[in-house]
Amino acid sequence: MAATTVVTSPISQIADATRVSGHVEASRSGIWVGIFAIIMSFAALTSALLVRQGSGEWSHIVIPSILYANTLILLLSSVTMEMSRRALAKSAGVTAWIGITLLLGLSFVAGQYLAWRHLAAQGLYLATNPNSSFLYVFTGMHALHLLGGIAVLVYLLGRVIGGYTSLRPHLLDNTAVYWHFMGGLWLYLLFVISTRL
Amino acid sequence: MGKLFGVVLAIIAILSAYPIVAHWYVQPVDISTHGHAIDEQLADTMAEAGLSFLGAQLLLAFFVWRFSQRKPGSRVWNIPGGATLMVAAAFILVGTEILALGVLGQKAWANVYFTPPKPDAMQIQSQAGQFAFYFRYPGVDGKFGPLHPDKIDEGNSNFFGLDPANDVESRDDIVSAELDVPVNREIQLLMHAKDVGHSFYVRELRIQQDFVPGLDLAVHFTPTQTGKYEIVCTQLCGLGHYNMKAYLNVLSQEDFDKWMKQKISEQ
Amino acid sequence: MEQTQPQSVHVHAPPEGFLWKYVFSLDHKVIGKQYYGLALIAVFTGMILSWLMRFHLVWPNAKIVGLDLISKSGAPGGVITPEYYLSLLTMHGTLMVFFVLTNAPFAGFGNYFLPIQIGAEDMAFPRFNMMSFWTTAAAFLVLVLAFFIPDGPPISGWTAYAPLSAVGSDAGPGLGWGQNLWAISIGLFCIGQLLGSLNFIATTLDLRTKGMTLMRMPICTWAWFITSCIGLLAFAVLLPACLLLILDRMAGTSFFIPSGLVISDRLQNHAGGSPLLWQHLFWFFGHPEVYIAILPAMGIVSHVLVTSMRKPLLSAKVIIYSMISIGFLSYMVWGHHMFVSGMNPFSSLLFSFPTLTITIPATILTLIWLGSLYGANIRITAASLFALGFVSMFVSGGVTGFFLAQPSIDIYLHATYFVVGHFHMVMGVAAIFGILSGTYFWFPKMTGRMMNETLGQLHFWFTFIGTYCIFMPFHYLGLVGNVRRYASFIDDFMPALMPVHRFVTIAALITGAAQFIFLYNLIHSRFFGKPATDNPWDGTSLEWSIPSPPPWNNFGGKHPVVYHDAHQYGVKGEKGDFIMQDSPETAAG
Repeated sequence: MAATTVVTSPISQIADATRVSGHVEASRSGIWVGIFAIIMSFAALTSALLVRQGSGEWSHIVIPSILYANTLILLLSSVTMEMSRRALAKSAGVTAWIGITLLLGLSFVAGQYLAWRHLAAQGLYLATNPNSSFLYVFTGMHALHLLGGIAVLVYLLGRVIGGYTSLRPHLLDNTAVYWHFMGGLWLYLLFVISTRL
Repeated sequence: MGKLFGVVLAIIAILSAYPIVAHWYVQPVDISTHGHAIDEQLADTMAEAGLSFLGAQLLLAFFVWRFSQRKPGSRVWNIPGGATLMVAAAFILVGTEILALGVLGQKAWANVYFTPPKPDAMQIQSQAGQFAFYFRYPGVDGKFGPLHPDKIDEGNSNFFGLDPANDVESRDDIVSAELDVPVNREIQLLMHAKDVGHSFYVRELRIQQDFVPGLDLAVHFTPTQTGKYEIVCTQLCGLGHYNMKAYLNVLSQEDFDKWMKQKISEQ
Repeated sequence: MEQTQPQSVHVHAPPEGFLWKYVFSLDHKVIGKQYYGLALIAVFTGMILSWLMRFHLVWPNAKIVGLDLISKSGAPGGVITPEYYLSLLTMHGTLMVFFVLTNAPFAGFGNYFLPIQIGAEDMAFPRFNMMSFWTTAAAFLVLVLAFFIPDGPPISGWTAYAPLSAVGSDAGPGLGWGQNLWAISIGLFCIGQLLGSLNFIATTLDLRTKGMTLMRMPICTWAWFITSCIGLLAFAVLLPACLLLILDRMAGTSFFIPSGLVISDRLQNHAGGSPLLWQHLFWFFGHPEVYIAILPAMGIVSHVLVTSMRKPLLSAKVIIYSMISIGFLSYMVWGHHMFVSGMNPFSSLLFSFPTLTITIPATILTLIWLGSLYGANIRITAASLFALGFVSMFVSGGVTGFFLAQPSIDIYLHATYFVVGHFHMVMGVAAIFGILSGTYFWFPKMTGRMMNETLGQLHFWFTFIGTYCIFMPFHYLGLVGNVRRYASFIDDFMPALMPVHRFVTIAALITGAAQFIFLYNLIHSRFFGKPATDNPWDGTSLEWSIPSPPPWNNFGGKHPVVYHDAHQYGVKGEKGDFIMQDSPETAAG
């Protein structure tokens, strides 16, 4: 919703400061609660992996080395995400930093896609064996969640191109929390992938 | 209406308990050595749960009967002891119940699952598939031949997927659609699922155990009374689930030997 | 993400146009009613399915006129086939558990009243809220679609045990596209509930009005809050489980399907999967799901009881703490569904203890409700009758939990009608009583009209006596070993039990028919009911401080200030024996 609704909405005129902060708090809680749910989902997948491993037909696969390069890209994007937050505080260079973060995020997803191609070239498809199944599920689910973050970044970029004033810091802050979480989640998944699969 | 609620609830509570107290519905006769402990546990639980049920329902009935639709603006008051009393009562009443049932119940459970079968227990393999049970006896050599799922051929009565041409141990294996066992002999049932999940339930034996595909489980029991008992499937396994059953024939040792001899000669 | 900005949360502007007002509304009240309406469609569908099942069990060869029009292969000439019986059973369970017991008491009433009860103008994320409803509605449509495809609905039960649910159409009818639709539907449902739970949590934590401390929230607000915490965890686990199931079915993976299965004489091309993995994942969700259904009902019933008793409950705090501990314990007990599944027998004992322990907070709740009635002045209405009926049902269904929590007894009772009786009473009927109690109680607020009290009480008597007639005999049947999920009873000892089954079926037909009294009352009163005042039951919580029905922005743009908890009954207030939460007066004793 555009910033102009602030003026037109009859409620916002009588809104007091605490109400506004309530909604800022709510969006922050929302992010953390969402993160918690995602952690729970991946915990379920991890326990599925452990049970499945105990159940049989388990072999080890060599994971595509491009995953490590992708990891670096994703970690770098977390740094640039922080830079965009600083830039917003200084009201300078936000567009550039968000743009770079977005590009890095997209390259990560593209890199993951290349990893899939690499696996397929080895004859490892989703249903080939349990290890490849889990590898595809983990990377796929993570990429899907990251694409959510990328969609928000696209939206934010559109907003900053329209002018800094319409970008509320807490929106960028929340996106950053989510983005860092995606990085952390990926590190965890990479650990699981490289030790278990 | 409040008075009516009290009366109706009291009647419902008493009518609900009556068939139990009058022993209209009792478990079928127990023919196993371990079943007694389970029945006893069930009876103890019934007594405790039944009393809790009657107590709570009658109290609810009485309170609603007594304290509903009084004159508007009537004085209201709290039960002496208040919430503390309720919490204490819950902890003491239910706590003892849990301890008693939990500890006693472990004994009955342990009888079934933590006591290993005796070394001389008779091993019989049971295979469950859509929608029939089959049983396999190891034959004279006392060994089961290996299973080859790709060799399963119901048309030629190769229900287990045996390969007697190549496996010596399979040659004397006896396959039956009924479970014939000698009385007072411990049986270890090796459970194998052919396709989806099934379950082995013999009411009189007080045994219920799922067949889980890919997981070879075992149960053991000692039947103590001769007779013919129903084995039914209790794990939803598809359209013929309701019709999936077999019989457990508990025979005297002589009858069992005779049956075995006949089976061997049929081969 | 727009709704996270301060300016847009001040709710959306007043809705205009039919589509935005009633269909894609952002208003939590409209969304709440939409959930309730969806649940109403689902509950009547589910009930009719149960009628068909009960009918078939006792008159297996009788024709049901018109049924062959819905499914030619399932009911040729109107006679239900064994596989169609299992389809009905699966759809009944799925509709009831997901689309009724989760939708109505939690998503329905919760959406409508949680924001009002904490003094907020709307949910924290109205757009997510709208999306969560429409995702749920899509899930419903996908599920119901299974009735109309050639394959028919799945036959694997609402628990969809693998490998039956995972191997595809080789294993039987309905296990092809029917089961696919089921898995997709449940996956969508999970997404809807996750968004909803997230919304509930953020709203409760951050949008409470001035003076509304956590401990001043009404008990039902607490119940919804706790439920959303449980739901967030539970559905976050079911979602990946559904994903893996879909992959096993559609992509040929082997998460749940082991090697060497021969189905319909065909060796399945899968290897190494674990059927128990599905059971663990499913019940890790499935047991908390029971509390997702029952906790909101507990909250609603506490709310109705306290208003009807004209005195506070003995301790709201104890109720809240008990509900929290039930929610906490609900995650440690899932294995009690798997005592005979071949799980490690030591685990069975480990799961048995928390299961027995959960009866302590449940008993505390019951005793608090019971003890609070002592010395009260209970106003008998349809709403309070259903609330009292809930307490009775909760006790009846609860005590049988003692049996099933013990692995040794479960060996005998597992998969018998005893289990069916147990969970229908404690989870099904009790939660439905909560929903009905809430409906009679809040209908005036939601529509501005009163429901017909005489019809309401008539509905109560039929339902109360009827449900006991249906579900109490189930326990007896289970005790003698009557197995559940059987399309017909051809076992040797079954004929002797048929009179009991016939009694149950007749009771079910009558009790079900009585539900149409409720439906008539609901629809008729919506248009022709007596106009309702703002506070017809002399309640204290914030929903009673605003007009019936509330304006689109709840408090008309004002922000209520809260001075008391929601239990100021039996005191001398300006308006009578109660003081409203937003009234600055102090209790004089």
